[in-house]
Amino acid sequence: MAARGPAGSRVGNSRFAQFKLVLLGESAVGKSSIVLRFVKDQFDSYRESTIGAAFLTQTISLDENTTVKFEIWDTAGQERYKSLAPMYYRNANCAVVVYDITQASSLDKAKQWVKELQRQANENIIIALAGNKLDLVTEQPDKRAIQTADAEAYAREAGLLFFETSAKTAENVRELFTSIAKKLPLDQAGPRNPRSGGRGGVELRPDTPGTQAGGPCSC
Amino acid sequence: MRHSSDQRKSHSHDRLYAPIDTAPTATAAKEDGITATMTYDGENEAPKHRTHADSDESMATITPQEDDGTTLEGHEQRPALPPRPSLLGDRPTTPLSPRKRPALQSKPTTAVSSVDIQTLSFPDGSRGTFPTPGSRSVSEAGHGISGGTSTPSSRKVSQNGSEFDDSTSLMSYTPTLRANGDLASLLDEGLNSQSPAWKLLSSQADNVNLFETIDYEDNALLNFDQEFDEVEAVDSKGGNEEQVLLLWKAKLKHYLILSSAGKPIYSRHGDQNLINGYIGIIQTIISFFQDAKDPLMGFTAGGTRFVVLIEGPLYFVAISKLGESDSQLRAQLEALYMQILSTLTLPTLTQLFTNRPNTDLRRPLEGTETLLSSLADTFTKGSPSALLSALECLKIRKSQRHTINNTLLKARTEKLLYGLVVAGGRLVSVIRPKRHSLHPSDLSLIFNMLFEAGSVKAGGGENWIPVCLPGFNKTGYLYMYVSFINAHDGEESSSDQRPSTAGSSPEDEIAILLISTDKESFYELKQMRDDVVAQLESNGSMGIIKAAVRQGRPSTADIVPGTQLRHFLYKSRANVQFMMPSLSPDFSSPLARRKLMSLYHNLHASTHAKHSHVKVLHCVARDSNSLVWTTPLFEFYCIAGPNTSRAGLTHGANKVIQWVKREEERVFIIGGAVF
Repeated sequence: MAARGPAGSRVGNSRFAQFKLVLLGESAVGKSSIVLRFVKDQFDSYRESTIGAAFLTQTISLDENTTVKFEIWDTAGQERYKSLAPMYYRNANCAVVVYDITQASSLDKAKQWVKELQRQANENIIIALAGNKLDLVTEQPDKRAIQTADAEAYAREAGLLFFETSAKTAENVRELFTSIAKKLPLDQAGPRNPRSGGRGGVELRPDTPGTQAGGPCSC
Repeated sequence: MRHSSDQRKSHSHDRLYAPIDTAPTATAAKEDGITATMTYDGENEAPKHRTHADSDESMATITPQEDDGTTLEGHEQRPALPPRPSLLGDRPTTPLSPRKRPALQSKPTTAVSSVDIQTLSFPDGSRGTFPTPGSRSVSEAGHGISGGTSTPSSRKVSQNGSEFDDSTSLMSYTPTLRANGDLASLLDEGLNSQSPAWKLLSSQADNVNLFETIDYEDNALLNFDQEFDEVEAVDSKGGNEEQVLLLWKAKLKHYLILSSAGKPIYSRHGDQNLINGYIGIIQTIISFFQDAKDPLMGFTAGGTRFVVLIEGPLYFVAISKLGESDSQLRAQLEALYMQILSTLTLPTLTQLFTNRPNTDLRRPLEGTETLLSSLADTFTKGSPSALLSALECLKIRKSQRHTINNTLLKARTEKLLYGLVVAGGRLVSVIRPKRHSLHPSDLSLIFNMLFEAGSVKAGGGENWIPVCLPGFNKTGYLYMYVSFINAHDGEESSSDQRPSTAGSSPEDEIAILLISTDKESFYELKQMRDDVVAQLESNGSMGIIKAAVRQGRPSTADIVPGTQLRHFLYKSRANVQFMMPSLSPDFSSPLARRKLMSLYHNLHASTHAKHSHVKVLHCVARDSNSLVWTTPLFEFYCIAGPNTSRAGLTHGANKVIQWVKREEERVFIIGGAVF
């Protein structure tokens, strides 16, 4: 698979950047549903398991001058596909690790993915943790198996973006991708996220839109 | 189809009241069966025949008088008995079990004409016993309880060496031997007009529609509409168990997969709580025979046929009330096994069970239940492709296909192994390396994944799927790039596709499949796909494909104007491809389609029974009139309304066959493109 780093270009005052994003997480946590919501704004309650991996693209505008195109690898969560995962995250600029807030074990799996990404993937990779199926606990609060605060604390500690999402109601789905886009190095000039000592993750910084809008484009 | 009524009556009399035969008959029948196995030249391969022989053994062992139905070896050691002339001459197979026979006396059955009867070397016991020509039901086997207590093949094959034989005189089946003529001479005898009853019937209605006149009182297909409804889970208190169990038992078809250690792996219907007990029972029964080194191949209970397939550590069981033959059911089970291999590969499967015989395979197979279910439902709905083990192609002009082939060849990248364009489950074009061909069973797995199961299509994007194609190499994965193009869309970009949930039917989907052995070749193949699509757009081929897809299959009347044929299947043996007309208007409902397919299954079973030498078979039933004709070149099956004359049927058949011959290079992919 060809190495495809972020490709940026600048025409006049507008900027365009392309990033590779990978979704990881246990099976049936809703990875494909999040993608379907993000890419097509649709939801399918009887979605069948993903087989292999699906490749989709979606373009979002951060502001009137900035367009970000995501090339999304939606991977299957089953154990048997695990050996293929490296080829999807190898050159990824960003990753969304998904768990199901009604399934305690799915967060453990998510933590394993985060660990693997921090160890094996691109050192500047931006990782977002998404607790999906928020709609289920809105209806029935007792279904919640993972407290927001716990997951949030973990995300902060590991240096991850964090959202609780609902692919069904669309809550926080767009926000998730937008905040990833805002953290990405929109310009090619120099590394934006120097490796923070030892942990190999990325710094979790407050959303600072436009921080990367600094220097001129190298092309 | 019909011999004179006196003749037939005497046959049925003989058969019904014949004294119970003794062991020598069974032996003779069995030996005869073996000989037939050797000489049978059907398209199934030798190992399958061996399987049938096995099935004889096990059938024998599970019947009450156990020692009579000993194994083949046992028989071979006995002093050879002179076979009855009648046995060898024409009737290698045997009748129904006595306990089923009473029902047959009053049921409509398949009629077999005197000209056919000597070639029709099996007999569904019901055939030939029924006195009125006009009211025979070909699809009797589909009616489960009555004549179809067992599947046709179970009558033909499994009971061959079993105790069942002993109870009936094979002699009673003796038909008059006649030379085998060609289709025209066989069917132009005007026998129809010789029967007063037939005349009477024919005069009543000229244009009775297919399947309209049948009475449904004992029709097993009665519940077919609910066949694919989900059986709800047993609730925690078990309060609804009885009701759920009734629903579960009402299903016409079950597929169960379990491990030899008795772990459930897959069941088409019912949740784990419901099926666990049955899994245990089945495991016990199968293991009992396994321990005795005498594997169980199948058995019959009431109107239900059970067929077992054992593949290493896996047991597959098909439970059918639909009247398929044992070999047809076994082929379906093999397809399920291939699906499992396709997910895991053989070494992985073997390793899992070598390390832990107690392995719960549901975990490694997680997410592929839908693939197994869609495969199972395809069989339950009735699939011509599965029945004929052949593929269907999109009909386009030869030059158009040539252009598409060349486009693929030109865009071919280094990493490509196979390249395919598929439209609505029909093959448009294939390119392959010279030394590798594509196995039809592999392709049907792929088609099932892409067009029947929703998982790939629903994603709406491009897909990269590791898949093992067991026909190609069951030890490793290939990597398949898939992108869909909707035939109704103006644009070709798959990423703009609406998912299947948005209402596009699988018939409308055009898929580009590019298969490689390199798991890293996604972007290379994606580039090739973009090139191919751009090229197909610019040379007009995409428009041609889309138009052909939108147009759908031609109707029978489009092919032969004014014909009385309602539907047909034509399989080109050399190309391993088949052609069929549109299912609408007569067979668009699932029930009508299933009846049609049951009829085809019966015709297929009749001509593919291991000792069958039937080349031409004309079946008259109360609700349909059908014909099968097999030659080394093709297999042809067709069906017409119940009052169609034999001449009308053969005339239609000849016309269709001429048409296919003329259109051969459009209907089939001949040769294909190699590199």
